[in-house]
Amino acid sequence: METMSKKTRYMNPYLAGVLLGLVVLASNVISGRGLGASGAVKSAIVAGVETIAPGHAESAPFYKKFGDSHKGNPLNNWLVYEMLGVIVGGFVSGAISRRLTWRVEHSPKITSKRRLAFALAGGILFGIGSQFGRGCTSGSALSGMAVLSLGGFISMAAIFGTAFAFAYFFRKNWI
Amino acid sequence: MGPLVVNEIISENTNLLLAFFIGIGFGFVLEQAGFSSSRKLAGMFYGYDTVVLKVFFTGAITAMLGLLFFSLFGWVDLNLVYVNETYLTSAILGGVIMGVGFIAGGFCPGTSFCGAAIGKLDAWMFIGGLFIGVFIFAEGFPLWEDLYMANFMGYPRISEFFGLTEGITALFVILAAVAMFWVGEWAEKKFPREEY
Repeated sequence: METMSKKTRYMNPYLAGVLLGLVVLASNVISGRGLGASGAVKSAIVAGVETIAPGHAESAPFYKKFGDSHKGNPLNNWLVYEMLGVIVGGFVSGAISRRLTWRVEHSPKITSKRRLAFALAGGILFGIGSQFGRGCTSGSALSGMAVLSLGGFISMAAIFGTAFAFAYFFRKNWI
Repeated sequence: MGPLVVNEIISENTNLLLAFFIGIGFGFVLEQAGFSSSRKLAGMFYGYDTVVLKVFFTGAITAMLGLLFFSLFGWVDLNLVYVNETYLTSAILGGVIMGVGFIAGGFCPGTSFCGAAIGKLDAWMFIGGLFIGVFIFAEGFPLWEDLYMANFMGYPRISEFFGLTEGITALFVILAAVAMFWVGEWAEKKFPREEY
């Protein structure tokens, strides 16, 4: 596995920001809600547990709570369709910009094994944190800020503030 | 007048289909901006790449202003637009855990799906972690249910909380963002790194 060796061009960030804002706007005008991501993972977990252990899903509070507020198949859900779209959109963009390639992206100073281990750990933490936070950066922070939600700004500040605070301890992985 | 599905101008099934297209837009823009790269995302916290700052805040401001103007023109009823609930304890705790997850993993859920879509194996690992993490939370729920439900503040908007109008609040957010953009541009010049 190797790191990226040739340059690639990304869109101007301010332009991308405007386009992203328009997507969030469209989402609110069409569906009355902003974007999200972690909720789709939650739906998938609930669907999985309901399939594999339906008795548990009916009694354990987390799954029961979900089932009570969502009728029908947990995967038949706005966020799940949205995330499928994200995968397609990301793929198309990668294809157009010639960024499609299987690789582990990591700093040349660490091994890809180390990168993968931290990616897994980071994902687990984010999985847990997004449930406490009732959303992740997409749903809570970005979409929350767009509607001036206090919770959104708090979420934003907590996530980014903590990441900055801990950056020193993870510096060897990135710089 | 929007929101279209809430006002029953479109059906729930159309809404779900449109969710797919909205997702395509989201994923496309994220990847075009470089959010499929964990090194670009993490760069925010070391000063060498402030793409997250610029895209995020420009996006939030665009959407914020867009909604305010649409409301002004009578194109959307802001009272029917979902505002996240605020449970203070859980929001802060979750944010802190996510913050560590972000700097360790180099992704957040949305960007990890983007990265995975273009073949980034570290993104796949992150996604695997997400599923495990959500499952851990779900199974351990009775242990932290009280924490999860503590300090419910309703669905306050910043404007209401500080007693300002939405327009003034948006102005403050814009000013804060522009100040951060200047800091970001300065930081990138000070901590340059070759493209990756």
